[in-house]
Amino acid sequence: MGNLDNANPIVFLATKERNVLPEEEDDIFTDKFDTREIFDLIRVINDPEHPLTLEELNVVEESKIKVDDDANAVHILFTPTIPHCSMATLIGLSIRVKLLRSLPSRFKVDVQITPGTHDSEQAVNKQLADKERVAAALENSHLLDVVNQCLARRATG
Amino acid sequence: MQTLKEFQTLTGHSDRAWCVSWSPSGTLLASCGGDKTIRIWGKEGDKWVCKSILADGHTRTIRSVSWSPCGQYLAAASFDATTSVWSRKAGEFECLATLEGHENEVKCTAWACTGNLLATCSRDKSVWIWEVTADEEFECASVMSTHTQDVKHVKWHPCKEILASCGYDDTIRIFREQADDWECCTTLKGHESTVWSIDFDKSGSRLASCSADSTVKIWQEYEPGNSEGVVTTDNISTWKCVCTIGGYHERAIYDISWSQLSGLLATASGDDTICVYKESPSPDSKNQPQFELVARARGAHSQDVNSTEWSPTEEGLLASCSDDGIVKLWKLEQD
Repeated sequence: MGNLDNANPIVFLATKERNVLPEEEDDIFTDKFDTREIFDLIRVINDPEHPLTLEELNVVEESKIKVDDDANAVHILFTPTIPHCSMATLIGLSIRVKLLRSLPSRFKVDVQITPGTHDSEQAVNKQLADKERVAAALENSHLLDVVNQCLARRATG
Repeated sequence: MQTLKEFQTLTGHSDRAWCVSWSPSGTLLASCGGDKTIRIWGKEGDKWVCKSILADGHTRTIRSVSWSPCGQYLAAASFDATTSVWSRKAGEFECLATLEGHENEVKCTAWACTGNLLATCSRDKSVWIWEVTADEEFECASVMSTHTQDVKHVKWHPCKEILASCGYDDTIRIFREQADDWECCTTLKGHESTVWSIDFDKSGSRLASCSADSTVKIWQEYEPGNSEGVVTTDNISTWKCVCTIGGYHERAIYDISWSQLSGLLATASGDDTICVYKESPSPDSKNQPQFELVARARGAHSQDVNSTEWSPTEEGLLASCSDDGIVKLWKLEQD
C-alpha cells in the first residue's frame, strides 16, 4: 500500500437508493434526465486505487452535476482526493466512458476537475475534452482494461 | 441568407466517421473512421453510391484520408501508427505501401501540389515529410519535432512546397525547405486551445484555422518588402492574424474548408452544426477582412460533425461526416 498517492483517504457515507416515484415507472410519462440519475450512474464507479467508490471518496457529488436535458448537456465536476493525484485523468476518463456507454448519443458530456483542486487541472481538463485522444485511449486494450475495472460493479458486502 | 440543403445521406460506416475527402476531379469521395475502413463513394446516375470498401489496411481507427493531386493515390492515417498509400488502377484500389516510423497515432496526411511529397503528423509531436520516388516508393526526407504536443493536421500550400501544421499546443507552424533540409520558419500563436484544422485559400497567401476555442482565425501572409511595412526577418514571410470569426459555434470546431471555386469557408463543429461564411466587401480587405455567416445547418448531423470539405469541381457542393457514422452531401442554395 506504500505506493498509493493517498494512503488514507477520508471515507464518506454513500447515499441511499433513489426513491422511485409511481409516474417514473409509467411509460406514458417522458422522464427527463436529472442530476440524481446521472449521479447514480457515476457514484458507483470504483476508485482505481482504493476498494471504494467515487462517491465514498467524495470524488463525485450530486451538487457538482449539471444536466440540461432539453439542451442535451451534461456537465460534471469531480474532485481528486489530493491535489497531486496521478489518477485524475483515469478517473475522469472512467466517468466519461461510463456516460458514453449509458446516455443517449445526443448528449454532450463535459467532465472537468473542480476548480482549484488539482495541480494539473488545466492539462487534465484539456486531455479529457479531446475526443480524439479519448478515442485513441479506448483503442488501447491495456488502458481499456483498467477503465473497465473501474466501471465493473463490485459485489457488495 | 443561403441554405445548406442536404441532398444525400451516405450510410455504411459502422462507427464514427472521422474524415471526408474529395478526389481532385470531384468524381470520388473518400471517407474513413472508427470501423477501420475507407469507403469510396461515386456517382451512379443522380445518386452517390459506395463503390469500394478498403478494409484490410489498418488495425485501428483510420483518422483521415487524402488524395494525391493526380487522383491516382490515396493516403490514409491511422491510430495504428502507420500510414497506408493506396493506388487506383483500372478502378481498383490496392495497398501500395505502409509507411512506418511514427511512434503512435498518425492523425493526418497531405500531398504537396507537385505530388512528389507526402506529409504525415502524429501524437508523437512530429511532422514527417516523405519523398515519392519514381518507382512509387516513399523515403523519409525529414522529421520535424517543433510542436510541443500532438500534431492534429497538416496541409500544403496550393502551389508552393510550403507546409502548415497545427495541433494540441494551440499553434500553427509553417515549414519550408532550406539548404536541402526542412525547417520550421514561422509559429502562429493566437488560438486559446487546440487548433484542429487549417486550410489555405486559392492563392495560398491566406490561411484559415479552426480551434477547440470555438473560433476561426484568418492569417495573412506578408512577404519580405510588403507595402504595408509589416516587419519580416531573414527574408521569411510574416503571417498575421487579420480576422477572428467567433460566436457562431458553441463547441470545438473540428474542421474547416476553404473553397477554391467560391472563396466560401465551411466549418464543422462538435455542436452538430455546419456553418458557411463569405467574405464581405470591406475597405481594407487584405489587412482587415470581414466575414459574414451566410448559411448555418443546425443539427446537420445527430452528433459531432468531424469533417467537411467543398467539392473541388462543383461550386456549392459540400461533404460532411460525423460521430453518427453518416456521410452527407449538401448543396448551398439561394433562398
